[in-house]
Amino acid sequence: MTFVDVCALEDLVTERGTGALLGDTQVAVFRLADGTVRAVQQRDPYSGANVMSRGLVGTTRVAGADGAERDVATVTTPMLKEVWNLETGEVLDSGGKVKKPLLVFATEVRDGRVLVADAPNPLVEA
Amino acid sequence: MSSPLSPAAHTVSHAPAPLSGARIVVVGAGMTAHRFAENLTTQDPEGSWSLTVIGDEPYLPYDRVHLSEWFATRDAGALSMNVDVWDDPRVTLVTGDGVAALDRQANVVTTKSGHQVGYDHAVLATGSWAWTPRAEGTDLAGTFTYRTMEDVERIAEWVRLREQSLGRPVRGLVVGGGVLGLEAAAALQSLGASATVVEFTDHLMSAQLDQGGGEMLRLLVEDLGMAIRTGAAAQRFLPAGDGPVGTAELSDGTVLPVDVVVFSVGIRPRDRVAREAGLAIDERGGVVVGTTCQTSDPAVWAIGECASFEGVCAGLVAPGNDMADVVADRMLGGDRTHHRADEGTKLKGVGVDAASFGDVNALSAGALEVSFVDPVNRQYRKLVLSDDAKTLLGGVFVGDIELYAALRPLLGRPLGADPAAIISPDGGGGVELELPDDAIVCSCQNVTAGTVRGAVTEQGCTSMGQIKECTKAGTVCGSCVPALTKLLNAELVKSGVEVSDALCEHFAMSRAELYRLVSDEDLATFSEVVAKFGTGRGCAICRPTVASILSTLHGGHVLEGEAAAVQDTNDHVMANLQRNGTYSVIPRMYGGEVRPDQLLEFAKVAQEYGLYVHITGAQRIGMFGARLDQLPEIWRRLVAVGFESGHAYGKSLRNIKTCVGQAWCRFGVQDSTTMAVKLETRYRGLRSPHKLKFGVSGCARECAEARGKDVGVIATHKGWNLYVGGNGGANPVHAQLLAEDLDEATLIRYIDRFLMLYIQEADRLQRTAPWVAERAGGLDELRRVVVEDSLGIGAQLEATVQEHVDSYEDEWSVTLADPAKLRKFVQFINAPGVADPDLAFVPERGQIKPAAEVDAVTYHDPRDARDAGLAGSEGAR
Repeated sequence: MTFVDVCALEDLVTERGTGALLGDTQVAVFRLADGTVRAVQQRDPYSGANVMSRGLVGTTRVAGADGAERDVATVTTPMLKEVWNLETGEVLDSGGKVKKPLLVFATEVRDGRVLVADAPNPLVEA
Repeated sequence: MSSPLSPAAHTVSHAPAPLSGARIVVVGAGMTAHRFAENLTTQDPEGSWSLTVIGDEPYLPYDRVHLSEWFATRDAGALSMNVDVWDDPRVTLVTGDGVAALDRQANVVTTKSGHQVGYDHAVLATGSWAWTPRAEGTDLAGTFTYRTMEDVERIAEWVRLREQSLGRPVRGLVVGGGVLGLEAAAALQSLGASATVVEFTDHLMSAQLDQGGGEMLRLLVEDLGMAIRTGAAAQRFLPAGDGPVGTAELSDGTVLPVDVVVFSVGIRPRDRVAREAGLAIDERGGVVVGTTCQTSDPAVWAIGECASFEGVCAGLVAPGNDMADVVADRMLGGDRTHHRADEGTKLKGVGVDAASFGDVNALSAGALEVSFVDPVNRQYRKLVLSDDAKTLLGGVFVGDIELYAALRPLLGRPLGADPAAIISPDGGGGVELELPDDAIVCSCQNVTAGTVRGAVTEQGCTSMGQIKECTKAGTVCGSCVPALTKLLNAELVKSGVEVSDALCEHFAMSRAELYRLVSDEDLATFSEVVAKFGTGRGCAICRPTVASILSTLHGGHVLEGEAAAVQDTNDHVMANLQRNGTYSVIPRMYGGEVRPDQLLEFAKVAQEYGLYVHITGAQRIGMFGARLDQLPEIWRRLVAVGFESGHAYGKSLRNIKTCVGQAWCRFGVQDSTTMAVKLETRYRGLRSPHKLKFGVSGCARECAEARGKDVGVIATHKGWNLYVGGNGGANPVHAQLLAEDLDEATLIRYIDRFLMLYIQEADRLQRTAPWVAERAGGLDELRRVVVEDSLGIGAQLEATVQEHVDSYEDEWSVTLADPAKLRKFVQFINAPGVADPDLAFVPERGQIKPAAEVDAVTYHDPRDARDAGLAGSEGAR
């Protein structure tokens, strides 16, 4: 797995997404309010359209393995509003439908540049 | 999110694995087979059994109940059911190869291709086949049954080809006026064919409706353009000159020209394999089973439509599901039994509503009928009660079936209210019905009111999504969702959880309260608002709501500063997202006016980009299929000829529909178009809890349909009448008269006040009609505030609107002048010139539409799709 330079951090608007192309792979890249950058697959698994980067980001409170609650970053597809955990790709609200997770791509911010892994992390079992 | 929810409420723990090592074979791969496999895998996740499901259709098991929806999407995937079960390593699914024989001595099934599978338990789930009446010519080309995905695909293909070869619309005939027959007729219409329905009995849906209900249904489907012939049977089909079916002769002597015939005269159980295996078969067909769903051989079970229980093969999904539940439960050591239940029937996919349950013909001794019949508004409601008028025995609902979901669970129980009041035209709004715990609320998934209540009290469900996930209720046909919502809210109230009017998990208050807080504290950004009154960083519900509130209070461009990240996603790009990720471009046409030079440029843009053009429902013209990266260049050309954003993407004023009024119309009494342009100029861009539509009519003839709008203005000889709180959509409501004979200045003052009150007080996504209806004091109190200014806030409301008017700028013009904002309009930040390579279009009627999965030939460039269509026969229309 190699990291691909996609843009400068300052090219990204905080709490907005943008699409990026890694070879043939389309990803959605988000800059969060805490300064971190997250990347997931661009294809919305429910509609099949490449629109995840146009979704709204936010947070939701979840209980961790230790029972303590914390806020995790989320993204909502603009198409039919299913919600995913932006860190793990896990479906948080599928609207009662079958859960279809998102592939997550590792990211790094180095010297003001945004780098995205060219292959996804292994899928997390929900 | 709350703690993880267990997968299904009816999961129970059983004694040590009775199925250990067992080989289970399911013969048939339809909905009940799927249900059985799903039950077994989820209820026994650790079990060491193996399961083989064998079906002769070449598809994954699909949702046959919603077969007619295939015509809307042409996408087999739309009918797919949870596929996770087929990923279970213990489960093997064989499709496209039916079982030919069941050998009960050797415990082996043999498939048509010769494949053999041994079993310890065999489950017959072979379903049924569609019966074709005995008539001459039923084997002619162009005659079909209506049962499987293959049937619907073949019908669609036939209609397409026949229309091509005949060069005119196809004439369709459906034999059988039951639920499926009407669905088939609607499907034929959706394919562009005409539809005549022939029904042997004297009314439609004769198995489910009484005669009165059937007659009302006839009026409703005739309104849809279907022709209905009851009391007639199809006697003979004769070929047309070129071979396929061309004529149908009915038993009443009628001769109908037909090009396609669909038979829907009933189903018969598929019991051949069971019959040949020597299992007990009912004299009317079907594998005989008892309450355990075992056949005459205890190692062989039968479920669904192939099973005959108490002499009846049920043709509905609910009893089949219950049988699947019984068999899974028993194999895992449980003692569940199957019972006959009246599940009721609901018509789907036809565009008219009809539903019934129980003793619809009041055949029970001494049964009483209470009915409401309104042929003008096409409504029929009937309740059947016991002789003491206390116990509910049945119900028929046609035209408006809202009561069906609420009353069906009360079948066989005390009604607890005056039946006449319940079915009166007011819809029994004041009558509260309390469901007993064992009443079935969702009959598709067999979920009781008690299970739903338990999901709230025991498992902590607080939302509809969690109820669905937890109990599976409401996930098949969806008709019980209103009843579920009532149960959920009632249970939350009972368990002391206040039914929350919280906006979302981040804001504990309603939109109205938040509006007041933001206004009082004079907050200007989402970050300030969430830090002060919320938690976390918000979500797709609260962010756009706060953006809308801030926009009303402060104005400013939708893409300015932090606002850019808070808006709803359509506002991000000032265009409305379409199903394939492209956008619509809909410029404002003030009062429905557009200049020819503007139209020319509009047409040129659509032509050059290959976009689809459609007249919208709001008196404007839209272009569809524009890519994100094309939006700025398209809008630059539109702005150059004087077009502005039409806010078709926003929760704000969409359009003002109007007639040409006194300027042209010989009946007009005021200049409605000029008034519409003035109003549209004043309120354009004003963000609100939901979209807003206005109408202005130049006389009492009301050609602009202003009374169907949030704000309706109708000219009188003395001035203008102002109506408020109307809308079209799913629940049409007429606007009500607020004030009469107003001059222009007063009219605008009242509209200012009405709109600002609505913006301040309404819930998110609440349109003006329910807001007016639910507002304390109703229309009279609203009139006091708006007309009499009883609260003394009139001037302040008007001032807020005036600020908006003074600061308004066209969003697209501002964006085009700002290179920083334009940089966001790219599909790939690291490849700005590249378009989404997955976009695909197909030709349709000389234009384009997004490609679907089933389309074999697609075009990446919409212009190529259009040109291919225009070059071929597609462009002929």
